Amino acid sequence: MTRRILVRLLQSVAVLLAMSFVVYALMGLMPGDPIDLMIAGNPHLGPADAARLKALYGLDRPWAERWLLWLVQVAQGHLGYSRLYAKPVAAVLGPAVLATLELMGTALAGALLLGLPLGLRAAARPGSLFDRAANLLAFASVSLPTFWLGLMLILLFAVRLGWLPAGGMAQVGGGGAFDRLAHLALPAATLTVASLGQYIRHMRAAMLAEARQDYVRTARAKGCSPRRIALGHQLPNALLPVVTLVALDLGGLVSGALITETVFAWPGMGRLIADAVMGNDFNLALTGLLLATGMTLAGSILADLAYAGLDPRVRGE
Amino acid sequence: MLASGMLRVRSVLILCAALAVLGGRPAAAHDQLAIGITQFPDNFHPAFDSMLAKSYILGLALRPLTAYDAHWQLVCMLCERLPTLENGLARPETLPGGRTGVAVTFTLRADAAWADGVPVTTDDVVFGWQVGRDPRSGVADAEIYRRIRSVEVKDRRTFILHFDRLTYDYNAVGDFQVLPAHIERARFVADPRAYRNRTAYDLDTTLPGLWDGPYRITRVVQGSTVVLERNPYWRGRQPQFRRIVVQTVENGAALEATLLAGGIDMIAGELGLPLEQAIAFAQRHGDRFTTVFKPGLVYENLEPNLDNPILADLRVRRALLLAVDRATLCRQLFAGRQPVADDSVPPLDWVHTDDVVHYPYDPARAGALLDAAGWRMGGDGWRHDAAGRRLTLELVTTSGNRSRELVAEVLQAYWKRVGIDLRLKYQPPRVLFGDTVTRRRFPGLAMFAWTSAPESVPRQMLYSTQIPSAANNWAGENYGGFVDPRMDSLIDAIEVELNRTRRKDLWRQLQQLYAEELPALPLYFRADAHIWPKGMTGIVPTGHQDPSTLWVEDWRWP
Repeated sequence: MTRRILVRLLQSVAVLLAMSFVVYALMGLMPGDPIDLMIAGNPHLGPADAARLKALYGLDRPWAERWLLWLVQVAQGHLGYSRLYAKPVAAVLGPAVLATLELMGTALAGALLLGLPLGLRAAARPGSLFDRAANLLAFASVSLPTFWLGLMLILLFAVRLGWLPAGGMAQVGGGGAFDRLAHLALPAATLTVASLGQYIRHMRAAMLAEARQDYVRTARAKGCSPRRIALGHQLPNALLPVVTLVALDLGGLVSGALITETVFAWPGMGRLIADAVMGNDFNLALTGLLLATGMTLAGSILADLAYAGLDPRVRGE
Repeated sequence: MLASGMLRVRSVLILCAALAVLGGRPAAAHDQLAIGITQFPDNFHPAFDSMLAKSYILGLALRPLTAYDAHWQLVCMLCERLPTLENGLARPETLPGGRTGVAVTFTLRADAAWADGVPVTTDDVVFGWQVGRDPRSGVADAEIYRRIRSVEVKDRRTFILHFDRLTYDYNAVGDFQVLPAHIERARFVADPRAYRNRTAYDLDTTLPGLWDGPYRITRVVQGSTVVLERNPYWRGRQPQFRRIVVQTVENGAALEATLLAGGIDMIAGELGLPLEQAIAFAQRHGDRFTTVFKPGLVYENLEPNLDNPILADLRVRRALLLAVDRATLCRQLFAGRQPVADDSVPPLDWVHTDDVVHYPYDPARAGALLDAAGWRMGGDGWRHDAAGRRLTLELVTTSGNRSRELVAEVLQAYWKRVGIDLRLKYQPPRVLFGDTVTRRRFPGLAMFAWTSAPESVPRQMLYSTQIPSAANNWAGENYGGFVDPRMDSLIDAIEVELNRTRRKDLWRQLQQLYAEELPALPLYFRADAHIWPKGMTGIVPTGHQDPSTLWVEDWRWP
């Protein structure tokens, strides 16, 4: 198992390296240079200004050369400066990562805490009223656009009822725990609802698939209670695909949710990365994207460990 | 089981009540004002680059030397008296090469002070000039600093700017940024090349000494919120609000909902709701909010690529304009809030004239012009030339801009009536402005807007040497490729004409030439929608690049 994890770690480094090259290339090949855009928008700026600014920001060099320089810089432990925000990349990313972790972590926890029990319960009695209701909820969850849902929640809870704030992370001058919770409620609820459906559907499907296995029939024959069969025998096996799903969602913990962040004015990673990509802020965009990639890869390794915990056959390999 | 269920329901209710009480907004107290805008500034350094969100926020916290007021007149902000040739504070001077320059004397306001109590002095002026003219500093728009040959210091408040040329706007120095030398000089001198990453404006934005306006920035939540509080050393008229919060909500619908929910008190017109949304908002919530539509200098037009032989024919350009009922278009799409344009000079500019050729909706005349140009109506409803080619044009514009997309569809319908086949193409702004337009890669028409300043001479847009090409490294903004020696002469003459009467006459000639030759097809001037609560007074939208926040001390909300 240790060897397997080591191999996965090495593979992850290679993926990150390749990813950085691809992202750099794609950004470098995008039409329109931000300096050119700046020049186009300001009649006072001429070609000499463009040349001066490009040289200043290193944009006059080929992108492959810049990528290599970036790589050397990162290897030395420097993430560089954000061109857009004129600050060290870490100083820009830090608050955004924390904000995103708070939002996405809450949403993921909410989706897991609601989605898995609902899927479990729905699978216990397929075709029942509860099962149909859970299915309806799951379909609604995957079908509702987050921007629409977010706006509806704002209109209901902030505009109509006035219970919760419409956006932002905290009230200026306030910022207590309840205040933060109140600001978190609507965006987290939006994202929870958005990802709830997949967990309900996967949990239900996995439990139903396991219910047809021989070992379940054997357990029933041995006189085990349905609750014990479901929780003690089916659930550990049914959790394997769900673990994969969670592992894939871990990347979102730091990559953020652009649309929800925009609707709720949440200063997270989604908006930051999008702005960095559009503004050709290579250092910031690359670090943000690699952070998200790294998180997904870490999730994948954690999933491997979880498989081993859940399935003795994997442990033995 | 029932008891447990009741307990859970009760817990949820208690939680909701707690959130409502503890997490809700505070009771309205008008010593605080929350403003919603749709963009967050990239940085807070006043000189590095220009960005609307930054200008709006810095309008609360910094004072430029001069600015254009709501009547589009140049006024002193940080100086005591506007220097002019008439009052003797500006005087022409002969430069070594025989050229004529100008020496302009400014005196800083006696009560001007940074928010840490340090007076604003000529030392800050000299430092601002040094930063601006140093090519390593990262200041994008260095034009004004380049034009200033030297800064002559008379005393701690009086200085003379020696310009290398004498132009009509010799005393408009709004782009010149006075910087706090006592904070920034050490950071700059240590390594000018690294200054853009070391400036306190971005690394220590809440330092009081960075700000000399009625407010100072006290808190920044990157991407979300900027909090400003009164500058205790501000000696001008005291602003009413103890604290101003500028909240960024990028999505228009969410911005509106946040206003209705009380999360913000007003929406800045400079960076607010799209016009059509604001019109609907004003109809629905006119009882609670005042909505003021202010037309400005943003000029929406269709730029024809004059390398295209179809569009090079003036008869076709005139026919295109005559075939569109622009008055109805503006009335139907924008409730008449955006005035139809006859040329590029906005009606609020003092040099504007109505004495130009107008193009009312006249499809019959448009058809006749197209006939004369060799484009005959065929049996299929489209016009063709003698070789049988259909009169087809491509219009490219920005994607994601609903107003533009609607206008493009309306144009398509109007031109179809006179037999012109218009193909629409949408591109992201970055592609359109970063490549298609700036490299003149649009075969037909490009729809976009120009923004400028009051009495801004259109040299970059209309001068014959300003046509972007590979040879000049794509410099200039004459994207259509318009060449007319009369236009060149007028531009040259306006720039150096100091007599206002004569200058206005030159501007009249320029506008007449524009309307006759149609280097671009004028559509309308855009309007901003400023929304504030009923009872609030003192906000005067300007309609130009100097934001309303420069006069925040006049805002009152009883």
